[in-house]
Amino acid sequence: MNTNEILQIVLFFGLGIALTPLLGRFMFKVFTGEKTFLHPVLLPIEKLVYKLTGINPGEEMSWVKYLWAGVIMTTVGFASLMVLLMTQKWLPYNPQGLDNLSWHLAFNTAWSFTCNADWQSYTGETTMSYFSQTLGLSVHQFLSGAGGIAVLVAIGRALKRASVKTIGNFWVDLTRGTLYLVIPLSVLWAIPLMWQGVPQTWQPYVTANLVEPYTAQVPKVDDKGNPVTTSVPKTDDKGQPVKGADGKPVMVDQPVMVDQKVETQLIPIGPVASFESCKQIFTNGGGWYGVNSAHPLENPTPLSDFWEMLAIIVVPMAQVYMFGLLIGNKKHAWCLFAVMLALYVGSFGVAWWAESQPNPVVHNISPLLEGKEQRFGVMNSVLWGVSCTAIDNGSVNSMHDSWMPLAGLMPMWNILIGEIMFGGVGCGVYCMLFHVLIAVFLAGLMIGRTPEYLGKKLGAWEATWAVIGVLGPNAACLIPAAFSCVLPAGLSSLTNAGPHGFSEILYAFGEAANNNGSAFAGLNANVPWYDVTLGLAIIIGRFAPIAAALAIAGRMAAKKTVEASPGTLPLYGWTFGLTLTGVIIIVAALTFFPALCLGPIVEHGLMLSGRVF
Amino acid sequence: MIKLITQSIRQTLLWTVVTGVLYPLVMTVFAQLVFPAQANGSLIQRDGKVVGSALMAQQFTGDKYFWPRPSACTYGTGPTGIAGSSGSNLGPTSAQLQKNVDAAALRTASKLPADAPVPADLVFASASGLDPHISPEGARFQISRVAAARGLSADVVGKLVDQFVEAPQWGFLGEPRVNVLQLNLALDAASPKKP
Repeated sequence: MNTNEILQIVLFFGLGIALTPLLGRFMFKVFTGEKTFLHPVLLPIEKLVYKLTGINPGEEMSWVKYLWAGVIMTTVGFASLMVLLMTQKWLPYNPQGLDNLSWHLAFNTAWSFTCNADWQSYTGETTMSYFSQTLGLSVHQFLSGAGGIAVLVAIGRALKRASVKTIGNFWVDLTRGTLYLVIPLSVLWAIPLMWQGVPQTWQPYVTANLVEPYTAQVPKVDDKGNPVTTSVPKTDDKGQPVKGADGKPVMVDQPVMVDQKVETQLIPIGPVASFESCKQIFTNGGGWYGVNSAHPLENPTPLSDFWEMLAIIVVPMAQVYMFGLLIGNKKHAWCLFAVMLALYVGSFGVAWWAESQPNPVVHNISPLLEGKEQRFGVMNSVLWGVSCTAIDNGSVNSMHDSWMPLAGLMPMWNILIGEIMFGGVGCGVYCMLFHVLIAVFLAGLMIGRTPEYLGKKLGAWEATWAVIGVLGPNAACLIPAAFSCVLPAGLSSLTNAGPHGFSEILYAFGEAANNNGSAFAGLNANVPWYDVTLGLAIIIGRFAPIAAALAIAGRMAAKKTVEASPGTLPLYGWTFGLTLTGVIIIVAALTFFPALCLGPIVEHGLMLSGRVF
Repeated sequence: MIKLITQSIRQTLLWTVVTGVLYPLVMTVFAQLVFPAQANGSLIQRDGKVVGSALMAQQFTGDKYFWPRPSACTYGTGPTGIAGSSGSNLGPTSAQLQKNVDAAALRTASKLPADAPVPADLVFASASGLDPHISPEGARFQISRVAAARGLSADVVGKLVDQFVEAPQWGFLGEPRVNVLQLNLALDAASPKKP
């Protein structure tokens, strides 16, 4: 811990908090149709969009119709993206001649990007053409971000309404979000990234002549392209020849290796900066390159790192303020903000402490830079990893798989409690809402009064849907994770053995079911089992909370408002904040504590005793 | 329902044109005009040939050169062309990681005594496998080996290393570092030409 590190942390959180009221108010104005400084330019375009896509902006939707609009929009996006990915070989702007994606990888990737998860079973620079990245993946990073915000806006609006059956128009919210928020912020964020060195071009990859060429061993092939093999005696683990039943040595085929000179390095470029900014701001997190923002072309300098990290928090923080304005209760919003910030900073503190401890397995060499970049160091790697999981972003600038056990536990914990520390655009707040309702319900039961939220009485409907919203993703995480631990198809993809291997599986399903997208990347997920099960977990993780939140909002909008009485519990202050924090921790601990014990917690003990796998 | 489907298709198409075509095109024109060097990959040329990118590490194993951090993807190169960026993804209790972290071998290669502290960045593989930087300590650790192989004095090489030490950006962001490829190219330029 030194002065520079403290300065960076204070500046990071300070800027995020300072921008919250400014951006939050701007977002509120955009979604309620009030005039902003962008309206003179963008209002005519907004009207043109409605005209071109056949939308009547005055139409009001019920919660069921709003949900259907969201589901169908996502499904259309999924279908078109899957087709695009499976045909990229024949489409333009594929200078490296990259092949079509397999059905299972296209299935997984298409759901992943249209549901704002951005889990990647592939390495971008060797898999995706420029066309697929910009006209496919990037478009859905815009739309899934705007879609998430739209749902939150509808919920906030509905909670303010009374005795009304409708909650707004999905198309209007989606259009306004994309036009006034997602596009301007993406432009604003891309420019400093270009300045710092993120490529932005449509030229093919550049071939560089290595300063010091080297020789690699490659399997020899004959004229027809078949591998040449030679027969050698089989040896056991100790190098002793294995003898068959007849006493003769057992022979096995081994490929013949030949020297090949490697004299060049391909520099993968492309329109990266424009992709990168939207990926960071709207909690997408799916990188252009395989290692995401750890790649020096995707995140070249400490300044670009700070700027990309700030992008993770600005909109998720501001959305809490916007929610407060929408429901007309800023005190409640600031209380939610404080609970989120406390949990977030707490998990950062634990992770940073754990990552600064010596690891006897690697002879106590420190700092622990395995899977980290020199320009970022330990603190910036941990701060990013905690931020991208507290907030449903999922981009990485270090390899979480190589973190210390208790440090790696914190991203996992952030994801598993539902990514409600500001969380994804939209979903962070509406997933927090489920916990709020449960907390209000519990408090009401404890003092023997009908629970109320924002002047509406809560009943069995709201409580049931709140529990569905919380338990849906949890089930989508734990059930397939359990199957993966016993099926050969699940176990063959692991890089690490022992409890760390289990952590890789748990992390993968946790992030999918909560639409995060980061990884313990040692898991080789591009196999049919993981592509399909993770894809399904992503769908449940996206739509179970959206459906639950809209169901609650629709019912609340139709209710009559009751006047606050002396018995009404305030939705702010220490009592509410601590009750809510307690509910969040208890629900998550009851669900996940056994699983976390089997993974990072037992690994921590084994590591201290020097055990390796 | 049919109406929702047609609206979805029309919305998807329209935003594909706006955010998938217009937006990246405008940004590309802007980048090529304002930041042409960065926009094309921060390439480094020597004698008219591209020899690498300032932002990507290259493999150096010869004694004459400073070595970059270990890479789990042979620095993005391979016999078949490009290798995807990758970290080792080895966990904190991995036997393979324990084996990879071989400080003793590095000391021997650098001709340093058995008690010389080995900088962590030289034994731990980077996140991307392409980390262009090492720590200033990591560079100084290699000075005596490089100087001996080139027949230069350790002072001359040390001065060159000092020139390439980058402080934290704006005085406080990130960590101090040395760009290995740029340092090696400068070293080549500073050394007497081969006969």
